[in-house]
Amino acid sequence: MKQKKLVEIYQNNSVKISVDREWCKACGICIEFCPKDVLIPDNQGKPIPENIDACIKCNLCELRCPDFAITVEGVKEKDE
Amino acid sequence: MKTVIDDYIREEMFPHMWCPGCGNGIVLGAIIRAIDDLKWDRDKIVMISGIGCSSRITGYVDFCSMNTTHGRALPFATGIKMANLDLKVVVVMGDGDCSAIGGNHFIHAARRNIDLTAIIINNMIYGMTGGQYSPLTPTGRFGTTAPYGNIDQAFDLTSLAMAAGASYVARGTVYHVRQSISLMKKALDKKGFSVVEMISDCPISFGKMNKMRTAVEMLKWIKDIAVSKKAWENLSVEERKEKFVIGEFLDIDRPEYNERYNEIIKKAQKMGGNE
Repeated sequence: MKQKKLVEIYQNNSVKISVDREWCKACGICIEFCPKDVLIPDNQGKPIPENIDACIKCNLCELRCPDFAITVEGVKEKDE
Repeated sequence: MKTVIDDYIREEMFPHMWCPGCGNGIVLGAIIRAIDDLKWDRDKIVMISGIGCSSRITGYVDFCSMNTTHGRALPFATGIKMANLDLKVVVVMGDGDCSAIGGNHFIHAARRNIDLTAIIINNMIYGMTGGQYSPLTPTGRFGTTAPYGNIDQAFDLTSLAMAAGASYVARGTVYHVRQSISLMKKALDKKGFSVVEMISDCPISFGKMNKMRTAVEMLKWIKDIAVSKKAWENLSVEERKEKFVIGEFLDIDRPEYNERYNEIIKKAQKMGGNE
């Protein structure tokens, strides 16, 4: 499997959000429909989880992403 | 990180060719998640599509797949299902593919009630060829071939499928994605002809002509026009204009085509003395 190069990972102690900047087409759906306004657009319109501590792991951004570019996963405390 | 999606796609084909914010990608994600939840053997799944933007879906999934001619996905699927009853056959069509060019195939597949799952991505326009109106474009909406507004009435595809004899009929949208996944799961699992119409967005062809140039605006519109069955009952006739009911419409057991076909083979063999 090809290794993805442009995946940016943002993490706090409960959630890990990965954004594939190569696959993202900056449609803005994840940013607009995030119930907790976790994401903000960067200068290309691609999402940055600026407000990551507010994330409730509803996964709606992941489910609505047409490009499979954003993923949200919970972090278990044991992994740290 | 490896997700469910990465497991089922042909990664070398990505990023896909659909426009930014295209609903086809959301529907593809929903189909994959529904199939993953059902824990099906992927070598037993066949995905078939016709022609159009939505039909590129078969090129991106790691199942047995087939991209057929315009509107004829259902006949190909019927043949595949009848040749090997162990296969799970999923047909993905666009609105033009299913209701215009393949309209007759659609009603007759439903009439036979053959064990297929048809997922129709309804973006209400012919996206790939430049925004011509389709039989599912709502009255009054614009297309490149309807610059003064569409005078035709749109098909209600779910009612059509029910009247023609399908076993399972539901409608979801790309906004209500969680609900759509559960509808798809039920449809895929159903024996007989099952139909899920997915209201989808096309910001480039439909949106551009209808003052919704971005995917976000289109998804907000879809959120507004999709109503639950309960809410629908409380709407006046005027308010129902350009609204869609979403949810499950029909879930019944009807005799399936291959079962009846096998019975007739046995009957013929008996009559011919070849039992």
